[in-house]
Amino acid sequence: MYMFKYIMKRLGLMLMTFLIIMIMCFVLIKLLPIVINVSIGQDADIIKAQIEARGYYDPIPVQFVNYIKRIFQGDFGIGVNMPEYRNQPVLDVFLEKLPPTILINIYSVLISVPVGLGLGILAALKKNKWQDHTISTAVMIVISVPSYVYAFLIQYLFCFELGWFPLTMNSGYDYFSPSMFLSMLPAVFSLSFGSIAGYARFTRAELTEVLTSEFMLLARTKGLTRSQATVRHALRNAMVPIFPMIIGEFISVLSGSLVIEKIFAIPGVGKLYLDSINTQDYDFFMMLSGFYTFVGLAAGIVIDISYGIIDPRIRMGAK
Amino acid sequence: MENKNYNDIPKEMFEFASVGDLKHDQKLDTKPIGYFKDAFLRFRKNKGSVFAAIIIGLLVLYAIIAPLVSQFTVSYNDVYFRYTLPKSPISEALGLDFWDGCEEKELTQEMFYYYYAMGEETGHNAVKNQTYSRYIKKDGLKATTYYRFRLDSYHSNGVVFKNVTADEYANIQKYQDETGVQVIYPITEKSKRPTSAQDSTNANYWFKTYTENGKTYVDFDDEGNFENIYRRYTGRDGYTSTVRVEGDTPEYDYALANQTGYEIRVNYYEYYIYYHTYVLNDGISEPMFLFGTTNYGQDIFTCLASGARFSFFLAIVVTLVNFTVGAIYGAIEGYYGGKTDLIMERISDLLSAVPFMIVITLLKLHMGSASNVWALLIAFFVTGWIGMANSVRMQFYRFKNQEYVLAARTLGASDRRIMFKHIFPNSLGTLITSSILAIPSVIFSESSLSYLGIINLSTGNITSIGTLLSSAQPYLTTYPHMILFPAIFISLLMLSFNLFGNGLRDAFNPSLRGAED
Repeated sequence: MYMFKYIMKRLGLMLMTFLIIMIMCFVLIKLLPIVINVSIGQDADIIKAQIEARGYYDPIPVQFVNYIKRIFQGDFGIGVNMPEYRNQPVLDVFLEKLPPTILINIYSVLISVPVGLGLGILAALKKNKWQDHTISTAVMIVISVPSYVYAFLIQYLFCFELGWFPLTMNSGYDYFSPSMFLSMLPAVFSLSFGSIAGYARFTRAELTEVLTSEFMLLARTKGLTRSQATVRHALRNAMVPIFPMIIGEFISVLSGSLVIEKIFAIPGVGKLYLDSINTQDYDFFMMLSGFYTFVGLAAGIVIDISYGIIDPRIRMGAK
Repeated sequence: MENKNYNDIPKEMFEFASVGDLKHDQKLDTKPIGYFKDAFLRFRKNKGSVFAAIIIGLLVLYAIIAPLVSQFTVSYNDVYFRYTLPKSPISEALGLDFWDGCEEKELTQEMFYYYYAMGEETGHNAVKNQTYSRYIKKDGLKATTYYRFRLDSYHSNGVVFKNVTADEYANIQKYQDETGVQVIYPITEKSKRPTSAQDSTNANYWFKTYTENGKTYVDFDDEGNFENIYRRYTGRDGYTSTVRVEGDTPEYDYALANQTGYEIRVNYYEYYIYYHTYVLNDGISEPMFLFGTTNYGQDIFTCLASGARFSFFLAIVVTLVNFTVGAIYGAIEGYYGGKTDLIMERISDLLSAVPFMIVITLLKLHMGSASNVWALLIAFFVTGWIGMANSVRMQFYRFKNQEYVLAARTLGASDRRIMFKHIFPNSLGTLITSSILAIPSVIFSESSLSYLGIINLSTGNITSIGTLLSSAQPYLTTYPHMILFPAIFISLLMLSFNLFGNGLRDAFNPSLRGAED
């Protein structure tokens, strides 16, 4: 019951935060002058009339009420300034852009979680031996070096010099064809490097702490072998803070990485967001801002709640 | 029984105690070791962190000094010296085939002749040392001859056509006479120039050619030498300089008069030196780009340094402001607790939930493109202090119920005094560490933003590492040097800052050693 109450409270708080941020965003966006860029052969007046008909020149409170109403009808606005999405519903374009972003991030999580945990466990078990030193040094380097630097490195070495992968991601919509998968791999690797290092460092820190605790000694005195004690007791306890982190990662796969998407020309949400900023297409910008904020908030709340579910000892909300 | 009743001791029995017999507390021979001294001693033992600190020092020094000593500025650019490869004076002096501004090339015969002829005419070898090796590649029945050589990117422009006024023309000749350096080379006969569209305006065809299928081929003389197509001497070229090419007893013309002045052929390398030392006098003595040039012909060595200088400046300002704001906010939260804490915590929660990308975009759109630096600064201020406030708050919760705080309060110290004279100094070590670790993250965010083009800093005399990276990215495969140096710089910077920060944390807080957060 405490748990339920706690979750409800967190959800309510999250919704409030989300709403306040969105209102601020909305007002700030609507305060900006409306920009209309027309390409050759198009009439700016028609587009202006269209926008006017949607009420974009009304007072901001009126606009906000209309915006909320439209959202419940699944209408997040229309594209104005990007030639390829002009007059298209924002939601449709967004949903079309979502798959590449999600796929790349899912692949990256699928690679980085086992590899990262494996390296972390190895480092913790071989603490202060050469394996640990090697892993720790590599982790330090990978965590420090900005992701775009090794994205460039991967692009130069594997895509150009060795020619294993195409330089950028293929265009098209057959996301599951082998050639498409191959073209996604450089981006996946660039994304997973950082995550692997993060997981390895975190796992190592947690596991070394657990391995030195008293109950491990007890387990050994009971007659468990070292591997039994490690797998059954240490690992399970070390997973308590790691598992929520993984779940949070799965939520934030939605938002992806703007930089990696730009380097490998991935036709995803990140590119849409950048384009919407550059062309000042406010409906896109508003929706994507809401999306990113929501993903961030949701990841945070899921991490918090999953702590309580995984480890019953952590009873959050209990008095 | 002995008489112990000393009632009258004779005066002579008394002695004066000498001054030296006085016993004082012994003075401490060692110096007292305070909190910071202690931390410093511990830090010094960590070799990796000390090394990182030295690297940071060098990088900062580079960022400060390089723009001052470099002959180029950020706004300098030269279209002919675009994509120029890195060249260091050391490897030039030693004659090394490394960092020499050259690139290993394998080209077909005609392309090779084109570059080889440049050196033949002017002595500025586009083919390094005019040395090359030849090999034949067989592809089925067709065999193609390839030439392998090192192409000098400083001389591969060769000669270019220039339209100059009569004054400029005279000035170049004056320079030639003063220095004895050949800048102007004999003009080629218009009718004998290559006829194909892409080569007809190329000044480097000083030799006899023929055109077949739109391609230009060398037409050697009987002995297999290049045969020049210089215009025969007419004396109407206005060329008075005594510096003439070898074997010219006036035999060739050096210019073609046109409506505005003269059309001349100049060796671009020498013309560049002439133009910068004789006309502009802007301190540039010769083209020598330590880190190469960009696609706009900017000097990467200078741009990188001033980009780095901007990054450091930004990071330090942002960190200082966030440290101050965060410390005050967190101190109030942590010290008063209760309702104050709750309300203030909600506000900072709300702010921290706004993605940074949205803050910066909104600011940029509202403030216009002219004030990108301000937009960037404000965006960092809006959310940057929250982390600091949180850690200050934690520290205050830890210390506020300790005895020394109670003692101070009993003695009548005001809240502000307790906060900033008693509790705050105790948490300073942790806070300094997190501030130091905030610097690389600010630099990283800034370079990412300018890489993505959300923030455009490359206006006038400032640039940014991210801008350099993003303009270099399309040339990753053709000119990797453009991306190499900025990438190395920022990687080195991040790495050493993290190592340094970790060392500081261990030094200030030995109990945390080894535990990564």
